[in-house]
Amino acid sequence: MNGTANQPLLEVKGLCKSFGDLEVLKSIDQNIYKGEKVAVIGPSGSGKSTFLRCLNCMEDPTGGSIFFGGEDLADMKVDINKHRENIGMVFQQFNLFNNKNVIENIMLAPVHLRIKKAGGLFAPAAVKKQIRAEEKEKALALLRRIGLEEKANVYPSTLSGGQKQRIAIVRALAMNPQVMLFDEPTSALDPEMVGEVLDLIKELANEGMTMVIVTHEMGFAREVADRVLFMDGGIIAEDAPPAELFGNPQNPRTKEFLSKVL
Amino acid sequence: MQNKKSKNFFKKHWMDILIILVVVVLLAVLAVNIGVRFKFGKKWAIFSNYFFKNNGYKKLLTGIQNTCIIAIGGLLIGTVIGTLIAIVKVIPAYKKIVRYAQAVCNIYVAFFRGTPIVVQLLLGYYILLPLMGVSLPEVTSCVLIFGLNSGAYISEIMRGGINSVDPGQLEAARAVGLPFSTSMIKVVIPQAIKNILPTMGNEFIALIKETAIVGYVGAVDITKAFQDQGSNSYEYMIPYLVMALLYIVIVAAIASLVKLMERRLARSERHS
Repeated sequence: MNGTANQPLLEVKGLCKSFGDLEVLKSIDQNIYKGEKVAVIGPSGSGKSTFLRCLNCMEDPTGGSIFFGGEDLADMKVDINKHRENIGMVFQQFNLFNNKNVIENIMLAPVHLRIKKAGGLFAPAAVKKQIRAEEKEKALALLRRIGLEEKANVYPSTLSGGQKQRIAIVRALAMNPQVMLFDEPTSALDPEMVGEVLDLIKELANEGMTMVIVTHEMGFAREVADRVLFMDGGIIAEDAPPAELFGNPQNPRTKEFLSKVL
Repeated sequence: MQNKKSKNFFKKHWMDILIILVVVVLLAVLAVNIGVRFKFGKKWAIFSNYFFKNNGYKKLLTGIQNTCIIAIGGLLIGTVIGTLIAIVKVIPAYKKIVRYAQAVCNIYVAFFRGTPIVVQLLLGYYILLPLMGVSLPEVTSCVLIFGLNSGAYISEIMRGGINSVDPGQLEAARAVGLPFSTSMIKVVIPQAIKNILPTMGNEFIALIKETAIVGYVGAVDITKAFQDQGSNSYEYMIPYLVMALLYIVIVAAIASLVKLMERRLARSERHS
């Protein structure tokens, strides 16, 4: 929606997803440009989470294509792991690794992938040590940023929901992703913790991170998003800037949904 | 500190200690009864004469050693095989090769769970190994066959363990770009192992007891050592009683070890 002719970061074409006979996504077309913040809203069962999870092939699409970095992610032959490094994801249930402490949670993927590039098991010990030290520094800097440096060595089970979700966000950031996907990041939180997580997401948005956010926080969507998608019944029923979509919804189903939640 | 610790030990283990005491008392009563009725003194003399003076204890030491080697070796091999099978079974079956591997694993598990371990031992030691032209010492063959056997059981335990880990853990690992194998090894399997540790303890205890049949192929384990002692001295009662007692002691020791490990693991996750 930048109005420029530049290439979209994520180009979704005719995306379909069925679970057995249940058709969840019915041919979705959507372009997401660099720096754009897209909020996805809609009633439960409308397919918004499935849409988001298809973007990094957490659910394999049953039809259509998703172009990212010049390749079609929906193609089973594409090395999806390589692309997932560039697509951060944050889950409703945080999903911090329970068997790792906070700093290991953040370091695990970058350390592993860098060591793999340096030769995997056969990488020289000094190189491995160097990589670990660098990533630890980076992880600590990320923790410092969210003010949880003193929690570096504790296990996730001792943290509050808000702390877990903020750590899950910086865990995704540790990979330096080009786009972040948020799957209802505040839905599993106690009300008093929603603010701290939304503030962190807003911070990222202000820094220019491209993001797609499935959310029920309408106020947040209105404030942060450049564009809001209203999904219903497996299609994008309305696609407009927040002021328009919230202020003057065109689709009767959008009107009905907004009248219930606002 | 030390005092407090030992007090805690009794507090936590009073049930175990009580059970062991009751068993010991019952056995003692039984022993006294039997001793009077069956000329215990004379039998003990025969037993101790053979055991201490005719090197019976040496055979028993070999037996204990072999029982441990077979059970521990079997458990290790079984854990490796079981984990591999469990992983193959939980891989999403997109590719044909995965489906074939899963079919092979199913046949493997069906065979080793569907036949008695004695049959597997006889078949393996007397038929299959010679057919393949391999000649291994008895104990080594036993380790191998017990490993293959427990692999089938452990695969089911491990699969249950993997399924008990929140699917979100695997998703989160995949979402940061880790491949399936790394995600399993670094995130899912460690949590699965923690969940199945008590069951694995039971599996180990079951293995210790199952090794009692290796005498079938001529390996000397605890059972075989006492059997030989009985048949050499024509006196069975005391060797068999001591044998049962020895198994109880070994199993109780392993059970408390597993409990200790479990508590350690639980603690490591609660605190930093």
